[in-house]
Amino acid sequence: MTQLNYNGVTYQCAVNETVLDALTRQGVAIPSSCRNGVCQTCMMQSTDAKVPSVAQHGLKPTLQAQNYFLACVCQPTEDMTVSLPDIAARLLTATVTAIRQLNDEIMCVGLHCPELQDYRAGQFINLYRDVAFSRSYSLASVPTDSYLRLHVRRLPDGRMSNWIHDQLKLGDSVQISAPVGSCFYLPDAPQQSLLLIGTGSGLAPLMGIVRDALNQQHTGDIYLYHGSHDVAGLYLVDELREMAEHYPNLHYIPCVSGNNVSVHYQSGRAVDVALAAHPNLTGWRVFLCGNPNMVKTARKKAYLAKAAINDIYADAFLVAGTQP
Amino acid sequence: MSANLYEKIGGEAAVNAAVDVFYRRVLSDDRISDFFDDVDMERQAAKQKAFLTMAFGGPVHYTGADMRKGHAHLVARGLNDSHFDAVVENLVASLQELNVPAELIAEVGAVCETTRNDVLGK
Repeated sequence: MTQLNYNGVTYQCAVNETVLDALTRQGVAIPSSCRNGVCQTCMMQSTDAKVPSVAQHGLKPTLQAQNYFLACVCQPTEDMTVSLPDIAARLLTATVTAIRQLNDEIMCVGLHCPELQDYRAGQFINLYRDVAFSRSYSLASVPTDSYLRLHVRRLPDGRMSNWIHDQLKLGDSVQISAPVGSCFYLPDAPQQSLLLIGTGSGLAPLMGIVRDALNQQHTGDIYLYHGSHDVAGLYLVDELREMAEHYPNLHYIPCVSGNNVSVHYQSGRAVDVALAAHPNLTGWRVFLCGNPNMVKTARKKAYLAKAAINDIYADAFLVAGTQP
Repeated sequence: MSANLYEKIGGEAAVNAAVDVFYRRVLSDDRISDFFDDVDMERQAAKQKAFLTMAFGGPVHYTGADMRKGHAHLVARGLNDSHFDAVVENLVASLQELNVPAELIAEVGAVCETTRNDVLGK
């Protein structure tokens, strides 16, 4: 007999009983479907105990590393505190330590958060303007940096982004959530080729992932395609070109999909330029960030180009555009 | 029918080999790709894996009611016999590509056929 802690309540789990059966038997509604560890509908996260490996079978390594598991095939061997994905929210206080304009629309915000030491470059946080109002921003920094870095694009009528651009100042205190997300680098295959495609401020997590991979001595080729409609929408171009000169395995390809007036940029959408250059992605790992339609298209194209589904990592930036 | 089709076909390793071949085929098939074109490709692929496990006579336990409920939103979008046939055709082609013996492919087809009415909500 073990004990399960869920949402602050303790539930008993009988010998040979699964987490899913124990919780549902005691009236807790957990989404489920196949009940055989295949469909992943019942995925949960353990915040303390070690998860039996059979309950992580088939999950991506990044999810396994964060103690995600399938409740329908998890028979606990010790007491566990469990939650549904992303509910493990805990707010942290951070201080604004840097503000830098990256281009006309995008600003880099630096946040110092002493409580937050352990995160993966490429994950995202929620930044709170008040308790009821938050937006998600990816981390462009790596854990060894002295502060967290966000790339905030000013959206027309964006309540959060305009507040950040116009009102946030050095020394201000803000609340953030602990980092979440599964789009990050794992050092399990240093020789693997990496393809990263981002549009707009989708460069932020990719920047973190590239720096993380290089810090961890990734030896395989790293191709970073950053796309924008026009040259003015690209940013950190000089920094990335310098990085690419310094690291022979890093290849940086800025792409302009609109009217391209310069030979220094590839013409076309980043996803099209990238897939034309790399038509066979067998054995590659792929990271996609930015506009949701681009991410959806690129995910499908990468998969059809023979990238394995578990090697495709994506964060789609959902803009709260329908809200006033 | 065949209690050990799943073992004869090669168990989970066979499912893993077939799922990418099959899913890439249906995503490339204009007759049915819209039904499979989910934003969440991982969950969609996991569903295909569950489907293949079932079609191979393996250990997933979907009832007729599960099948009806799981496909009702697709039936509402126009899922019909021609789409069902196209899915089976892609599955057969995938197994042929993987050199699965013809008699086992026929058994897989027969398992699929038992789900037709529930999948199509008939």
